[in-house]
Amino acid sequence: MSSATPPTGTGALAKREARLAWALLSPTVISVSLVVILPLLAIFWISFKPFTLADLRPPAPVVRESLRGSGEELRIEYRVRNSSQEIAIEGVTVTDVLPDGVTAGEVSAPCVLNGPDLFCDFGTLEGGQRERIRIPVTVDGDPDSFEDAIEGSEPGVTGSGPSVLTNFEFSLENYARVFDGDEFWGVLWVTLFYTVFGTIGALVMGLFAALLLNKSFKGQGIIRGLYLFPYVAPVIAVAFTWVTLFDPFSGSANALLVQMGLSSEPINFFGERPLALIMVTVFEIWRYFPLSFLFILARMQSIDSSMYEAADMDGASPFQKFWLLSIPQLLGILSVLFLLRFIWTFNKFDDIFLLTGGNAGTRTLTVNVYEQAFAISNIGAGAAVAVVILMCLIAFSFVFFRFISREEGL
Amino acid sequence: MRKGYITGPVLGAIWLVVIATTVAITMSFSTGAAFRPQILLCLIWGAVAGLIYVRFPAHRAPARLGISSVLGLSALTGFGPVLIGSDTSLQAVLITALAMAIVTHLSLAAILRDTPFGELTRHEFEDAVIRFCTGFGYIFFTAIVVIPFYVMVMTSLKSQQALLQNPLDFSVDLSQGWALFRSYSELFRDFNFGTYLWTSFYVSVLTVFITLLFSVPGAYAVARFRFKGQKAFSRSILLIYMVPMIVLALPIYIAFSLTGLRNSILGIVMIYPVTTIPVALYMLQGYFRGLPTEVEEAGLMDGLSRLAVIWKITLPLSLPALASVSLYVFMIAWNEFLLAFMLLDDPSKFTLTRGVTMLNSSEIPRQHLMAGAVIATVPIMALFLGLERFMTKGLTAGSVKG
Repeated sequence: MSSATPPTGTGALAKREARLAWALLSPTVISVSLVVILPLLAIFWISFKPFTLADLRPPAPVVRESLRGSGEELRIEYRVRNSSQEIAIEGVTVTDVLPDGVTAGEVSAPCVLNGPDLFCDFGTLEGGQRERIRIPVTVDGDPDSFEDAIEGSEPGVTGSGPSVLTNFEFSLENYARVFDGDEFWGVLWVTLFYTVFGTIGALVMGLFAALLLNKSFKGQGIIRGLYLFPYVAPVIAVAFTWVTLFDPFSGSANALLVQMGLSSEPINFFGERPLALIMVTVFEIWRYFPLSFLFILARMQSIDSSMYEAADMDGASPFQKFWLLSIPQLLGILSVLFLLRFIWTFNKFDDIFLLTGGNAGTRTLTVNVYEQAFAISNIGAGAAVAVVILMCLIAFSFVFFRFISREEGL
Repeated sequence: MRKGYITGPVLGAIWLVVIATTVAITMSFSTGAAFRPQILLCLIWGAVAGLIYVRFPAHRAPARLGISSVLGLSALTGFGPVLIGSDTSLQAVLITALAMAIVTHLSLAAILRDTPFGELTRHEFEDAVIRFCTGFGYIFFTAIVVIPFYVMVMTSLKSQQALLQNPLDFSVDLSQGWALFRSYSELFRDFNFGTYLWTSFYVSVLTVFITLLFSVPGAYAVARFRFKGQKAFSRSILLIYMVPMIVLALPIYIAFSLTGLRNSILGIVMIYPVTTIPVALYMLQGYFRGLPTEVEEAGLMDGLSRLAVIWKITLPLSLPALASVSLYVFMIAWNEFLLAFMLLDDPSKFTLTRGVTMLNSSEIPRQHLMAGAVIATVPIMALFLGLERFMTKGLTAGSVKG
């Protein structure tokens, strides 16, 4: 007699469910992988290539067709040139169809004529090379009336240069350039300073603000909304406001400092070396304290109040309640926030770019991507910096997931 | 330290520095005249006031009212907590004196409430310190949030000369009437801001729709179905949210340049939703998990298909969550700067944020830039204040985990 065993493997129902699940997910998976995974792979690829902004236009053959001369000398001229001065283009051919009423004379190499169809094979066109082909023709009637017909038909061109993007030559030049010299370590230090202090500052300020609002009173909703303003407003609006506010010539902050006798002359807040970095960090704290505030407040309001009542009965003082009850309860959310904010601050680009443009010692890794790729127009080097950022992020997210699976049971 | 006659003067002294600074900054920003807190005098005045407020516990004790009035009036002499410039209007001077007197009385009475003169218990002492910190916190946070936005709005209403002459003077001349808003009318007339506003609006709305279209089925699948790779999938959503935009923007720039999608609204509308789908998916799946399965199972028993269940049961139940997600996505799309900046060069296709960036040049006066900033900020703020409940929920759900 066979004993009853539970069914093994996946049942038909489960299979159907999984199929439906993937069907529902597929649009997201496809679009996200197109715009996220593919670019990430592309970044790796490009970072090993000497790729500059100029290479976005690959070399191509350019053809001009014109009707020249008159009478016996009447001829069609094709002028072919390589758009690039250095790179050779392979497999260059030109095809064209002669319009009705045009009879071609003798056609010389590299062209052949087959009925009205003209085919020229140039093979390889060196960088900067120009070719000219003359085809003597006779026309029935007035040559001028044929000019439009002849010049109007675009000749077909083939031939492609080696695109830097698609060939299989790799070099470590970009990485050498990125890691070269003291610049990289300077950038890394700035990034770390900005990230660490920006994150901690925003958390501490958020905690303070949450403590303020963790009681119900009239107008609590309004104040909570007000304190979220810096986060909700568009970054361009607040960044430019800060720049205006701290402008050395027409900024109100400087006028205020001078008037209060705290400073004898205007300070260039976003233009001096250590100060600019401190200012962008302060901006980061200012802009993101609302986020930490919101989460900490939400967590505070979910703490069981009976615990505080018990503490009151035991005669705990307000500070004791804060240190011994609230902080341990908030430790979870604080550490999750710290990790998340750390990663996001590390990724931040817009704020510094708008405030200082990465000048005056505020160039972080992300700003460096932009600097390399667009200011120096070396996309390859920018991609190499991006790869460095990704490596750091992989390390961070490893820590993050180890930690968060404990904290949030994810 | 835990003696009323020490705690009172110490807290009073520091507190007076805080309010003298606050009053000086407020008056400077609203009149443009010179106001300066005198730290040393503040400390002395505050210590005296603190001592009196601890000594005379009755709420309206004559000594309390006396010291506050004297302290306020001293502003007129030059030996008060706030030093006032000589060319300030009498009105402003009186307002300062009055404000100092009233604010000092009310705040000190509140902070040093129930604080006896002699020995303090631990509770009494800590309560006083906490009330002090609370007061300071409200002033501090309100100041740092309000001042930038105040400067933004006021600068947009001023003329370039007035701005350079006295950067502190934010008083507006109301007699100008509509001429006050000339920066705005110039932006709309000469800089196409009407078009940018419209472009930003429809790009954001389209982004919201496309995001929901993709993320609702995806979130439902992740929340409800069991399938291989479900856990890996949830995690990779989070991971994707952590990839910095600038890293993605670089290859996207190259791809769009090669395919001719750069400089087109179509390209922007294609790329924005992808940056928001992971967040939306994460927020929605959290909400769907919280919905009771029994309702859906009842629907299935009654012969509805899965898709019909989603459409007829799940979606109507999750309208609040959909509202939060939509608002959050709208905010992201509206505020987006980097991609618009990199992918759009043609002024006729700018979004609002890209348009404001264009104003940041030395040839265009500052107040135009600030007016542009106000135009970009006002719609999102109005939306935020009107639907604050949803927005707050959306922010919390969207960002703690992803």
